[in-house]
Amino acid sequence: MTTYTDPYASSRETTEGTVFSVTGGDWDSLVTEIGATKEERVVVNMGPQHPSTHGVLRLVLELEGETVTELRCGIGYLHTGIEKNAEYRSWTQGVTFVTRMDYLAPLFNETAYCLGVEKLLGITNDVPERASVIRVMMMEFNRISSHMVALGTGALELGALSPMIFCFREREKVLDVFELIAGLRMNMAYVRPGGVAQDLPAGALPKLRETVKELRRDFKDNDKLLIGNTIWMKRTEGIGFLDLAGCTTLGITGPVLRSTGMPWDLRKLQPYCGYEDYNFDVVTANTSDVYGRFLIRMNELEQSLRIIEQCIDKLEKLEGAPVMVADKKIAWPSQLALGGDGMGNSLDHIREIMGTSMESLIHHFKLVTEGFRVPAGQVYSAVESPRGEMGVHLISDGGTKPYRVHFREPSFNNLQATAAMCEGSLIADIIGAVASIDPVMGGVDR
Amino acid sequence: MSDQGMFGAKGSGDTSGYGRLVRTAASTGSSERPYGGYFDEVADDLERAYPDFADAIERVVVDRGELTLHVKRERLVEVSKILRDKLLFEMCLGVNGVHYPSDANRELHAVYPLLSMTHNRRIRLEVSVPDSDPHIPSLVEVWAGNNWNERETFDMFGIIFDGHPGLTRILMPDDWRGHPQRKDYPLGGIPVEYKGATVPPPNERRSYR
Repeated sequence: MTTYTDPYASSRETTEGTVFSVTGGDWDSLVTEIGATKEERVVVNMGPQHPSTHGVLRLVLELEGETVTELRCGIGYLHTGIEKNAEYRSWTQGVTFVTRMDYLAPLFNETAYCLGVEKLLGITNDVPERASVIRVMMMEFNRISSHMVALGTGALELGALSPMIFCFREREKVLDVFELIAGLRMNMAYVRPGGVAQDLPAGALPKLRETVKELRRDFKDNDKLLIGNTIWMKRTEGIGFLDLAGCTTLGITGPVLRSTGMPWDLRKLQPYCGYEDYNFDVVTANTSDVYGRFLIRMNELEQSLRIIEQCIDKLEKLEGAPVMVADKKIAWPSQLALGGDGMGNSLDHIREIMGTSMESLIHHFKLVTEGFRVPAGQVYSAVESPRGEMGVHLISDGGTKPYRVHFREPSFNNLQATAAMCEGSLIADIIGAVASIDPVMGGVDR
Repeated sequence: MSDQGMFGAKGSGDTSGYGRLVRTAASTGSSERPYGGYFDEVADDLERAYPDFADAIERVVVDRGELTLHVKRERLVEVSKILRDKLLFEMCLGVNGVHYPSDANRELHAVYPLLSMTHNRRIRLEVSVPDSDPHIPSLVEVWAGNNWNERETFDMFGIIFDGHPGLTRILMPDDWRGHPQRKDYPLGGIPVEYKGATVPPPNERRSYR
């Protein structure tokens, strides 16, 4: 005979003790019922559907009163098998997959992947300068939009609503830039092995200058709201402490590492895409807490704007230069054009392959359906994403598809620090600590 | 993977002759000294700090400006500790599994990218084990951050990391069967009908190799 348990009952007895379920209903009666138990120790399941856990993150908390004595993360709710899928597509198609991992920083995923493919192909130095400058500019815009979500939702989760409104206003402007350049606002698959999918549209640079000016002006609204704000400081200062030793042993990178005073930024120390040619500062803090990480993100916005301005200057000088490698066995032959519904083949190219040149058609067909072959070997390439070191380990067996694609996702590694940051603290401070790690579950679970 | 591809094509399905230009895998031999860059210095330092170098390191490969040390699994923990403490590779950036079904008795590989923040250097450790005995000692005691990465590699490849504090699945559900990233695990998928035509799932489409 089986025991029937009503899943909607408020409580049931198990071998582990009484289990209370919250499925709506009267909160007071639940509190009364829990209050009646003798034990101080409660195990609470926070998430995966919880507004403050930054997506589908599940936290299992063991509480003594309001103090967290143990914390474990449950992840995997957003696992989509991107790494497995990429093994069944061509190297170029891989971009479309990886852009969807860390959905707040798609350009970093794409660039890390493409740098890896270029390294495997041995064409790192053949990527045209204009393509690298566009990549840098897009990544820095992306850093702004990503930090805007980190700051906005982080503040929202701690109860400050207005910063979220300002942050999303600014993010919207950056997404408009992406739409202008790539045709899509997110998951744009814009960076391709060998360069970028297409050149900037006509008249883009004055528009970008205008956006930079507006962003610089509007960032002040958030500064005024949060920096030095007493309530904000009380919720963030000394919270989520993790020092340098903790960061290195746990493999933590990005703003969390820089908040310990360590100026570790791959853009400066292991430059890629020509970052050595730009003037910018690595922002650090020395408090190792949530407030320090918050300040780092705020100040990195200005550094990103500085880099973008230098990119625009460079792009003005490089007007008309190629944005794809010259090797026609790698670069797709079609010059893509921005149509009403996003990016597509240009009509001129279609006219050529369908009307005049059989060889062009064959070449186009082979390259697009079959793809190019990549010499066998393995590489690791890394970029500094808004969350830390975004690394990609690529293995080729000499075929037209990756043999193995693995991403060293900063969110995945950084999220491991949650227990170290939160055990012993109050339950309310978990929210701030998790927000300061800024995990993106799409990236964690891939 | 099915032999029969889209439109009934068999084998590569390639009729152009283009597809026969497949290059075979690069040679798997060791690289010769000098390795170039800081790699010689790393190898010298490791040899000095670790007398059993010749026994523990099976191969040293330098390819595309990256250094890979192939380590025997029995020596992995010792080598890692020396690399961390003496050569100051403070950070391990995780572990990545790779499945090479054709590499007899070395089917499963685990690859560890290491980073030295003090010297601003990167190297890579690679360990290979047979599919029939997929055990590798855990590096969680050396770099605590490898905890989740080893769980992921166990989840995806079935490599068992001995000494791991809690080796359970991390991305797939706890009761999942099989290890999805292995080459013998099918991608799956269903045919999709689009405008009257049926498009087979990706692993059954015409494949160019």
